[in-house]
Amino acid sequence: MSLHTLSVLVEDTPGVLARVASLFSRRGFNIHSLTVGPTEYEGLSRMTIVVNCDRHPLEQVTKQLNKLVNVIKIVEMDPEASVRRELLLIKVKADSSNRSHVLETAQLFRANVVDVNPDVVVIEATGQPEKLQALIRNLEPFGIKELVKSGVVALGRGPRSITDRSLRVVERSA
Amino acid sequence: MTEQMTGAQSLIRALEHVGVDVVFGIPGGAILPAYDPLYDSTKVRHILMRHEQGAGHAAEGYAYATGRPGVCIATSGPGATNLVTPLADAYMDSVPVVAITGQVASPAIGTDAFQEADICGITMPITKHNFLVRDPSKIASTIAEAFHIASTGRPGPVLVDIAKDALQAQTRFEWPQRPELPGYRPVTKPHGKQVREAARLIAEAKRPVLYVGGGVFKSGASKELRVLAELTGIPVVTTLMALGTFPSSHPQNLGMPGMHGTVAAVGALQRADLIVALGARFDDRVTGKLSSFAPHATIVHADIDPAEISKNRYADVPIVGDCREVIADLIVAVRADQAAGRQGDYTAWWEQLNRMRETYPLGYTEPEDGSLAPQYVIKRIGQIVGPDATYVAGVGQHQMWAAQFIDHQRPGSFVNSGGAGTMGFAIPAALGAKVGDPDRVIWAIDGDGCFQMTNQELATCAIEGIPIKVAVINNGNLGMVRQWQTLFYDGRYSNTNLHTAPTPEDGKVRIPDFVRLAEAYGCVGLRCDRAEDVDATIEKAMAINDVPVVIDFTVHHDAMVWPMVPAGVSNDDIQYARDMAPEWDDEEE
Repeated sequence: MSLHTLSVLVEDTPGVLARVASLFSRRGFNIHSLTVGPTEYEGLSRMTIVVNCDRHPLEQVTKQLNKLVNVIKIVEMDPEASVRRELLLIKVKADSSNRSHVLETAQLFRANVVDVNPDVVVIEATGQPEKLQALIRNLEPFGIKELVKSGVVALGRGPRSITDRSLRVVERSA
Repeated sequence: MTEQMTGAQSLIRALEHVGVDVVFGIPGGAILPAYDPLYDSTKVRHILMRHEQGAGHAAEGYAYATGRPGVCIATSGPGATNLVTPLADAYMDSVPVVAITGQVASPAIGTDAFQEADICGITMPITKHNFLVRDPSKIASTIAEAFHIASTGRPGPVLVDIAKDALQAQTRFEWPQRPELPGYRPVTKPHGKQVREAARLIAEAKRPVLYVGGGVFKSGASKELRVLAELTGIPVVTTLMALGTFPSSHPQNLGMPGMHGTVAAVGALQRADLIVALGARFDDRVTGKLSSFAPHATIVHADIDPAEISKNRYADVPIVGDCREVIADLIVAVRADQAAGRQGDYTAWWEQLNRMRETYPLGYTEPEDGSLAPQYVIKRIGQIVGPDATYVAGVGQHQMWAAQFIDHQRPGSFVNSGGAGTMGFAIPAALGAKVGDPDRVIWAIDGDGCFQMTNQELATCAIEGIPIKVAVINNGNLGMVRQWQTLFYDGRYSNTNLHTAPTPEDGKVRIPDFVRLAEAYGCVGLRCDRAEDVDATIEKAMAINDVPVVIDFTVHHDAMVWPMVPAGVSNDDIQYARDMAPEWDDEEE
């Protein structure tokens, strides 16, 4: 099993998230993370879905996803040829005795402090999932009160865009 | 074309526009606005069913008979949830159905209002697609899209849920130029390279089999299939969903594969070095234990649904396309190969298969106590009624015997619930088939268990003038379950006796008495429990054409379906009778 990142272009219609999510669960797949948001084109949303599975089942679920009428295009993001980023907000115990250590750790990871309190700081970090994992490991000794991750978003490197050709299809049918 | 009208009027106008002539349904609160303009329509006939499940199966039967989407209508909440079973059935068997349901008014959606159910959420996994319409101006275009999706690509059920206020509001009727579905582009034209590769494998194979599924029927490719089969000389097996797509009397037809398939069909697949799967999906009832299915075979798999390819069995040569186009292209490629002197020689293969076929033909043993053999009844119905009729089966032993002992010569002549295995399918589906094809003789071959799930639709048949024939193969039991209890549960018959036929334990009890039940529904009821009366009873039923006829064929309660591959077991372990395994003479392996 390994992690795979899928970029899925969907029509921005009610229920489309439920359709995609329920397809994964009923075909027996675990979603590692899922993000969704608008794209540069109105009416088109983009999901980034990270799944943990083998190659063959991934092909099967991709084909099943493609059958959903509201799904326009699916591209698997090759880790070598794509930029993958995640946002982390993490609340770490930090009082006057250790606050400078916490801030130093955050700086090493080029993370920002976005909220300070006598007892805690909230740190914001973006990066590859591996980098955020390393930051969390280094902050653990101080005591983590709470954390939230955005899930991975990904974009292919180079001049090509996965929305280009899909958009032409949308325009033609409009 | 724009015209001012209510949403409900635009719905009926849209149905007329797509050419709907019949809808099966039951009115209720939320859908009521649609029933008012429906009352005025001269083009759309509404058939009032007795249960929404019946409406759904009738729509399926209609679709089988006509090739066009069947339409069913129900109200919100329980009306809509009663459609769940037929929609699941249509989804499993790829039947084009459009279901229209009323929904509570938009402001009430999500409030647990009276008769509210999230039918789009409920049917998401069992429909090809569904829509919730709140905007009256979108009703007509949504209907256009629903019919397009249901009937193209791999067919399937589509549900359109319409809020009551959208039906009541004023709108302009606008018919779309073409459906707006950027994410829906079924591939029908196969890839030439893959087709040529398939032809090359056919020429090189020693033991090929054409494994034909329901997709060949749905694409209307039975003529092309026959050409391909005769051109190549390859043996053909037809699945439950493809019976009749290739004539069962054709010398190249080895019969049905699978759990209750012929020894020759199952044996051919197990020994094949090449399987050309056409519109079939390697269902577990065909493959048996998947890891030991057709262990020597290279697989060519053609299907219009790319997700079926390599789902269960890896396809060495995947071909995505409509079966009719695939087979037509394959014929051209095979002809080209043959013209270049490349042609397979299957003589030794046919010798092996013919030995199998002659040694292990389909058959049955007469009950020793002189009671009626169900297989005999079904065989005689097929012989007397003939191949022009359509036979609609329920699910269970009678279904398998109807698959085995009726000669299926015509595409679409056998209609049944395959993937879902929905008991109660036969009566309403036969009703729908008769409405779609009124000049054809329609026989429902049903079991006593199935019959009791949906027989209230006999009222619909009697009142609406839909004279179907129903043969209830009445063994007084849930026969297939009883067979499994006999074979796998030491004969412990837990909850399978339905008491619809007299048994030694209960004397003469028949609850209900199917003859009196039929009469109560305005049908003719007949009973037959002796072999010598079977022909006369069938002929009597054939002579009655103004009202539905129900025959209670009271048959032996311990007849079993053979051959059988028990669930989860390798196809190699097929038994052609209890504890009787074929002896394979595999000189080549």
